[in-house]
Amino acid sequence: MTDNITMTHGSGGRQMHNLIHDHLISRLQNGILEKLDDSARLQNANTDRLAMTTDSYVVSPLFFKGGDIGRLCVCGTVNDLATSGAEASYLSLAFILEEGFPLDDLKKIIDSIAETAKEADVKIVTGDTKVVEKGKGDGIYINTCGIGFIPDGVNLSTYNGAPGDLIAVTGSIGNHETALMLARNLLKFDTSISSDAAPLNKKISRLLKLTKGIKTVKDPTRGGLASALSEIAEHSNCEIILQEDKIPVDKDVQAVCELAGLDPLFLANEGKYVIVCDPSSADAITQVFPKAEFIGEITDKQPKGRLLIETVSGGLRKIGMLETAQLPRIC
Amino acid sequence: MCLATPVRIVELGENPMVAVEKDGVNFTVSANLFPDVQIGDYVLVHAGFIIQKIDTREAQERIEMINELYRSEL
Amino acid sequence: MTGIKEKIRLIQKNIQIPLGKEIKLMEVCGTHTMSIAANGIHSLLPEGIRLISGPGCPVCVTSQKDIESALILARKDNVLITTFGDMIRVPSGKDRLENYKNVHIVYSPMESLDLAMENPEKEVVFMGVGFETTAPLIASTITEADKRKIENFSTLCLHKTIPAALELILSSKDSEIDGLILPGHVSAVTGSAYYDFLQDQKTPGVITGFDGLNIMESIYLLTRMILESKTNILNNYTTVVNKKGNTDAMELLDIVFEPSDADWRGIGVIPGSGLKIRDQYKQFDALEKFPMDPLHIEEPKGCLCGLILMGKVTPPECRHFGTSCTPLRPVGPCMVSSEGTCAAWYKYGRGDKNSDR
Repeated sequence: MTDNITMTHGSGGRQMHNLIHDHLISRLQNGILEKLDDSARLQNANTDRLAMTTDSYVVSPLFFKGGDIGRLCVCGTVNDLATSGAEASYLSLAFILEEGFPLDDLKKIIDSIAETAKEADVKIVTGDTKVVEKGKGDGIYINTCGIGFIPDGVNLSTYNGAPGDLIAVTGSIGNHETALMLARNLLKFDTSISSDAAPLNKKISRLLKLTKGIKTVKDPTRGGLASALSEIAEHSNCEIILQEDKIPVDKDVQAVCELAGLDPLFLANEGKYVIVCDPSSADAITQVFPKAEFIGEITDKQPKGRLLIETVSGGLRKIGMLETAQLPRIC
Repeated sequence: MCLATPVRIVELGENPMVAVEKDGVNFTVSANLFPDVQIGDYVLVHAGFIIQKIDTREAQERIEMINELYRSEL
Repeated sequence: MTGIKEKIRLIQKNIQIPLGKEIKLMEVCGTHTMSIAANGIHSLLPEGIRLISGPGCPVCVTSQKDIESALILARKDNVLITTFGDMIRVPSGKDRLENYKNVHIVYSPMESLDLAMENPEKEVVFMGVGFETTAPLIASTITEADKRKIENFSTLCLHKTIPAALELILSSKDSEIDGLILPGHVSAVTGSAYYDFLQDQKTPGVITGFDGLNIMESIYLLTRMILESKTNILNNYTTVVNKKGNTDAMELLDIVFEPSDADWRGIGVIPGSGLKIRDQYKQFDALEKFPMDPLHIEEPKGCLCGLILMGKVTPPECRHFGTSCTPLRPVGPCMVSSEGTCAAWYKYGRGDKNSDR
């Protein structure tokens, strides 16, 4: 069952993590790649402040409430750059188009890319277009690559968390993946839930100017809040404890989760960050992200590297990375 | 073994379908297994069917041992 | 006394087990297993209480042979399979339903009828699993198909019922179950009187809802009843459970189905614990439309799922657990289902009362 790539390898959870560790890093490690931060920090004789990232977009459907593949391919990449504190400057844009794909849809997607790039204040400076035979693609795939410059004094990484630090999330979770499931007709509910896809790079830049106490910024995309925080706990080698009743979930998203048996902690987001910070930075976070909630903290307890949650019942449980992408269930 | 969720009936549709709502999420379910429902009723829905009405009375009959326990802290 | 956490703390204080005594409670329903894990209930209980997961996870107890039957249907060009999202990742050998494009996840079985009408050239087969809560829905879908004269719809009916399985577990020689946390939503349909047969087993039970507080209340009630040697059945989920249950649903269940033997994965055949479509509706029985002889697939060696489903061992006692058996590569059924005992233990851990916290 593990001899071929399965859909689970792409779900952002444990199996993708294992694929990267077992097959990519072993062959390609070079001192930078294996850090596995969402963007890589590069250096030459003149600077060590250049950040680079890349991401591919294969979303279905292409258009959904709150966004489309064009908006995603800009947001995802500038948001990944911002996780290193970099101010996104330039993007590349590569299309793989399937023969027969409607030109009107392509135009709509490019318009959306242009609009989102403007919103994020980033320039698309190079690109590529390939076409594959009908049946060999899913309409359109997009790859973007981004580079940006990290301001002096900024040093963000998932390895920086330390006991006493607070964990914040910049807004309610689960909206993006729920909106996609609805758009895919996997859930037949009528709601106003829309994707949270948004470029947050300018807000992060503002935050970093306001306070020096930001340690980690990570976007909880595939695999959700749980997978993002598991990774931080593992990389920072510390215990994170969350308060379940502090985690913001919109009422309608919560209702969908209850109806379909989904856990919002594992649902993808495209316009939220988890932030690890010194307590002194809390006000600055609230100033830049008024909907931010402080949902937990890092402790000095043993064993290290794990993520715990105090539940609404007062019980304690362990949370791991997403194992397999969630599907609606009745049991 | 079964997820079931409380929802509120907002409209009686073409028999046996009824429109229900929960926190801004609207959908239709079958009332074939529980036909005796009115608009405003809270019902329990499992996999697209109403399976039971929810008793929303404040003063439900509770097990005496539980009442005793909670009274003990007053 | 208003907050949930405060109430739970009060209950926690009042669950008192005499030193050296161990009380074993079985939560029969898989949704309880999940909720207990998700709420971290284990971490709130004293040393002397062990919670054991029962056979009420429909995915876990679906036999390999039945999964294989579904796969045989999925491999046919002219068939569309509909089923709940729970079922599509359950492996049989190296295959699973997820691998087939003609398998559709539905929220309601009624969606199968729409699909059948939209695809008159295909046969739509609904793969139905679940207990007394879910089976009436399938009965209703079948009678609706009959009313609408839909000919290209049938169901692969793998439903099971709770009483025979519970009797088997409680009457088995080395049964050590002291009390039962009884399923809330099954009871909403069957009514609380459905459990009268348990009186013969001399085991107390409490019908329980699914939030952490309700579960803690029921654990408190059970421990008191056990220590006071009471064996009655209490209803602690009165918002939706009454004595009679949903009589319309139970009547329809009886109109469409008749009791049959059922093969429980990891346990074996339990007489009278399944539901078979009656002759009157046999045109909707996929097994009638597509006679099949699925391959016999051996249960994996060393897998303790059968004993886990009977409540006799816990997951860490199995040599596969967490090493060769994980949710990504499940060996046995209890790891396959998200509400399976092993999956719940794996995902949420066992609480932390025994560690440093």
